Amino acid sequence: MNQMTNAMLELANMDMLAKQDSPVHRRHPLVKLLVTIIYIVTVVSYSKNQLTAIIPMIIYPIFLFQLSGIPLKTCLYKMRFILPLVCAVGIWNPFIDRVVVMQIGRVPITSGIISFVTLMLKGVFSLMASFLLISTTNIEQICYALSLLKIPDVLITQILITYRYISLLLKEAGTMMNAYSLRAPGQKGLHFSAWGSFVGQLLIRSMDRSQHLYQSMQMRGFRESFYYAKDKKAQKADWIYLILWIGIFLLLRLFNLSEVIGKLFV
Amino acid sequence: MHMADALLAPAVAATMYVASGITTGVSIKQLRLKENTEKIPVMGVMAAFVFAGQMINYTIPGTGSSGHMCGGMLLSALLGPYAGFVSMVVILAIQCLLFADGGLMALGANCWNMAFYGCFIGYFLIYRPIVKSKMKDMKLKLILASVLGCVVTLQLGAFSVCIETFASGISELSFGAFLGLMQPIHLAIGLIEGLITAAVVVFVYQTRPQILEVVGDEDVKAGSWSLKKVAVVLGILVVLIGGIGSQFASSNPDGLEWSLFGNEDGGYSANMGLDEDDYGVSSSVADTAGSIQDKTALLPDYAFASDSENPAGTSFSGIVGSAIVALLAAGLCVAGGFFRKKHAKA
Repeated sequence: MNQMTNAMLELANMDMLAKQDSPVHRRHPLVKLLVTIIYIVTVVSYSKNQLTAIIPMIIYPIFLFQLSGIPLKTCLYKMRFILPLVCAVGIWNPFIDRVVVMQIGRVPITSGIISFVTLMLKGVFSLMASFLLISTTNIEQICYALSLLKIPDVLITQILITYRYISLLLKEAGTMMNAYSLRAPGQKGLHFSAWGSFVGQLLIRSMDRSQHLYQSMQMRGFRESFYYAKDKKAQKADWIYLILWIGIFLLLRLFNLSEVIGKLFV
Repeated sequence: MHMADALLAPAVAATMYVASGITTGVSIKQLRLKENTEKIPVMGVMAAFVFAGQMINYTIPGTGSSGHMCGGMLLSALLGPYAGFVSMVVILAIQCLLFADGGLMALGANCWNMAFYGCFIGYFLIYRPIVKSKMKDMKLKLILASVLGCVVTLQLGAFSVCIETFASGISELSFGAFLGLMQPIHLAIGLIEGLITAAVVVFVYQTRPQILEVVGDEDVKAGSWSLKKVAVVLGILVVLIGGIGSQFASSNPDGLEWSLFGNEDGGYSANMGLDEDDYGVSSSVADTAGSIQDKTALLPDYAFASDSENPAGTSFSGIVGSAIVALLAAGLCVAGGFFRKKHAKA
């Protein structure tokens, strides 16, 4: 299976997840987008040493995974590209910042280790929040939320056209890659000599396709933008959802819940 | 080069959003899409094309490994800088919204690092001047413009990543060390990106030159240089220049540091004559401004007031509390799974 087929399967999988029904799926897209952004901003605003304070922020993804029924496994698979990058930036901290701040048994814990783990948690939490948004909200709904935020129609129309054509061009590129691989057995990728002709052919075909698309859009009376998701008014439950989460994030940001709970037992 | 949310402080992310947002607004205005509706499907489909092109593995000759393309420079060569930038913004937004590649909060920074330099700096300062130059061989001009454009703009993009990460106070690595890690890697990536862009642009020039933004209906004669020859020569040149340049660069302090404090080892101790450990203006205004800055700074490198007594942000009760939170979270997962199964059975 080539990368194109993989990407198509991933797109189809996300589409299927977003079509499911759950209390989270039913929330207004703008409310979900706002809660996600506020959550991510809160998570990344913790300082690099606030490890115990950031841990309770796991409440949001845990609740949403449970309420929506979205599998955690799919989310972990999505993290395969970004997490190593975060790790590559933070991995130096334990080697450079060697100030010992505590000891667990005989194992010294340095502030470098704490800042590294905090950074990784920030990465995991913010990725989980993004994933939960896109797996419970389809692209039309996200575009609708963006239009409510006054993002220009041109940009939203572009996102929708590109989204529709991605699967088509991925399929075409996949077919071309399969044909190429069958004629070049044992070769891992595209040979240097074929870079221009292979990608160039795909480009020229795409250009022709866009001309046909323009003609068909004109014939259907295209006027600047597309029609996306149905207008939807925020319900009482949506407002409660928004206010409740903002309140929780604010409380967790202001008070170190881990310490508060710990003091009850120690 | 996709940045993650975790690598950015809110203030840095917001600044990059403003910068990318203004550039997108200006680009949309320049395109005047209301009058030129034919550009809308072309931009959308070309963005999808670049998306598909990014999935292809390009075998790097002589190494056995493979590279990928980003596409900013290619889109500018095909659609022009403004349409190219808007298309790149769309690609990055879709990667973020559908593939969780790069974060929601880091989207502004990613647009700046991966689209702005390729589409504007690369196009206006490198690609267009070379292609419009008096050199006769158009094929050679396209190759030079693509390779140089990609190498330079990827270096600028990597430099931006370093500045953004450093300003966010995420890594303990010094700015110089981070630069030393990022720039050489992106030199190689830029070279591969440039060669792929050159190969595609030259193919389009030979088969349908009118598609290219700058070339248009100019002379269609092919030059005598082969792509392979030029690619190999340019590759060797870049590696040599990079290698030799880095030898000089590493032995001296950076320009700003040198100009302020001098370099006694290098024999120039005077310069501005400042003491490296104690410089700056000492006044009550400066002290007040400093204290205000300390109080209002949004960057997380400055721990919140409550952390001052406990620099590591950890305490025994905190650890016990964290363990309880973790247990509660695991309990919630188990309970959620149990109720869902029960619900499904019912």
